[in-house]
Amino acid sequence: MSRQNSRLSRRKSISYAKWGYLFIAPFFIIYAIFTLYPQLLTIYNSFFENYRSGLRQVGPTYVGFENYVKLFTPDKTGSIDILKYTWNTIVLWVGGAIPQITIALLLAIFFTSYRLNIRGQQFFKTVIYMPNLIMASAFSMLFFTLFSTVGPVNDLLLNAGVIPEPYDFFAEKISVRGLIMLMNFLLWFGNTTILLMAGIMGIDQTLFDAAQIDGASSVQVFFRVTLPLLMPILIYTIITAMIGGLQMFDVPQILTNGGGTPNRTSMTLIMYLNNYLKTSKNYGMAGAISVIIFIITGILSLFVYRSLTRKED
Amino acid sequence: MDVRNTYDSRKAKIMLTISRIVVYAILIFLSILCLFAFWMLFVNASRSHSDLQGGFQLLPDTYLLTNLVNAWNDASINIPRGMFNSFIVAASTALLTTYFSTLTAYGIYAYNFRLKKLAFTFIMAVMVIPNQVSAVGFYQMCVKQGWTNSYLPLVLPSIAAPVVFFYMKQYMESVLPMEIVDAARVDGSGEFYTFNRIILPMMKPALAVQMIFSFVTSWNNYFMPALILDKAEMKTVPLMIAQLRSADYSKFDMGKVYMFILLAILPVIVVYMFLSKYIIKGVTAGSVKG
Repeated sequence: MSRQNSRLSRRKSISYAKWGYLFIAPFFIIYAIFTLYPQLLTIYNSFFENYRSGLRQVGPTYVGFENYVKLFTPDKTGSIDILKYTWNTIVLWVGGAIPQITIALLLAIFFTSYRLNIRGQQFFKTVIYMPNLIMASAFSMLFFTLFSTVGPVNDLLLNAGVIPEPYDFFAEKISVRGLIMLMNFLLWFGNTTILLMAGIMGIDQTLFDAAQIDGASSVQVFFRVTLPLLMPILIYTIITAMIGGLQMFDVPQILTNGGGTPNRTSMTLIMYLNNYLKTSKNYGMAGAISVIIFIITGILSLFVYRSLTRKED
Repeated sequence: MDVRNTYDSRKAKIMLTISRIVVYAILIFLSILCLFAFWMLFVNASRSHSDLQGGFQLLPDTYLLTNLVNAWNDASINIPRGMFNSFIVAASTALLTTYFSTLTAYGIYAYNFRLKKLAFTFIMAVMVIPNQVSAVGFYQMCVKQGWTNSYLPLVLPSIAAPVVFFYMKQYMESVLPMEIVDAARVDGSGEFYTFNRIILPMMKPALAVQMIFSFVTSWNNYFMPALILDKAEMKTVPLMIAQLRSADYSKFDMGKVYMFILLAILPVIVVYMFLSKYIIKGVTAGSVKG
């Protein structure tokens, strides 16, 4: 960066500045129209009562923070929907992310170990990364058919005598959540493996050699050398995975047909937002939910921003 | 002393062999876990509806073509139309996002101007904000402007793609010496001409990787198209999958259902089979500063 700057400053005599502005202009114009303005409009909406009730349009009327208050007011059964769905989102994310990151870390170490010298790496990497490119909605639909009461998984379990009668995976909280976690794990662990591998390979090889000469065991090398040096990338991976988890939508939406069944235990925040936005056209409430998700994401992205730009300064 | 050494090295060898076996076992298990669902998809897409009722089967049958013809000609889910629509949206997104992200990256990389640092900081800061959080305003704007059931709001926003921008900027820093730009200037090449004729060709590998990624992301995208498109003839593939899920499932020819899912993911799988090496390399390059 600094080398390039000095090179640039040498050419100060002719100013090319206007070209810089011209080249970045399309980005900022499009961003302003399609992201910034909608973002402000969303925040604006969150302070208005504005929805459709049957054929009748209610509002828009300014209501201050009423939508936010409504969002955190317990319903008749005493539960607060947004907290329930935030909890669901967290549970579903954590359940997929723990195996995702643990196994990815393990695989990254296997693949980069000179001692183990794993053969067929390209094949394994190709296979485990593949689900990441698959359409999540189609993957979810596939799991729905495979795990239905007449699907092959039930057939298999019946044939093997594990269960006496078909098990309805979509009627129980634990199995629906389990399937969503499994899918999220399968969709993402290959990606994480590759990121962490790059991180490990970026570590100075001589450090490993030195540790080995000093007689460190592979467990010691992992905890004392690899892990501390891998930390920045690991944190980056975890936070971006968190932001991704916050957006969880396609998989549970398709698997439960938008209902978050059973009893809305697999309803995520974005599904909640989607319901207000699409089904009841309630811009006010949807706006308030968006603002809350935006704030959480904003805090998380601050960490990503810092981890990415640390070396720029 | 010698005896102990050979004993130690033999012990180490055995330990290494054991850990190798364990590692391969884990790798094979995970590979099977990844492939099982897709193998079942392929097998079941090749079986007839009545055969599928009969139970589990591990090997493909002969109904693949029949199911393909049935799915292709289905009256309620027009999958060829959906694939065509998805292709149009994904291809235009891929072209726009790579071209303009490279242009933006070049603007920041090659020029010095007062707001440069601010512009870069801004793009980095908004990089991970998901578009779902502005969906309410986005949808409202589209309704007001008459952009619903149009591909415009799905394609145009891809011009401003912070992640692709970041990847391109990283790539430029590693392969693009400013001397080339200077040389082009001496030869009298205009700035825009330099970008299109000299810089872009040098960026080919990065462009290819990002084109693939943005094509795939757009092909798989469900949230935004579901908001914007509701006319049957405008629907993209993921919306048809959702339609399949919400339809009365028990009345469907199951062979056809599996075929629909297979068709939805097939284009990506085929591309991946040929380009997996480059795609996997592309995963890391832009994401973390090494």
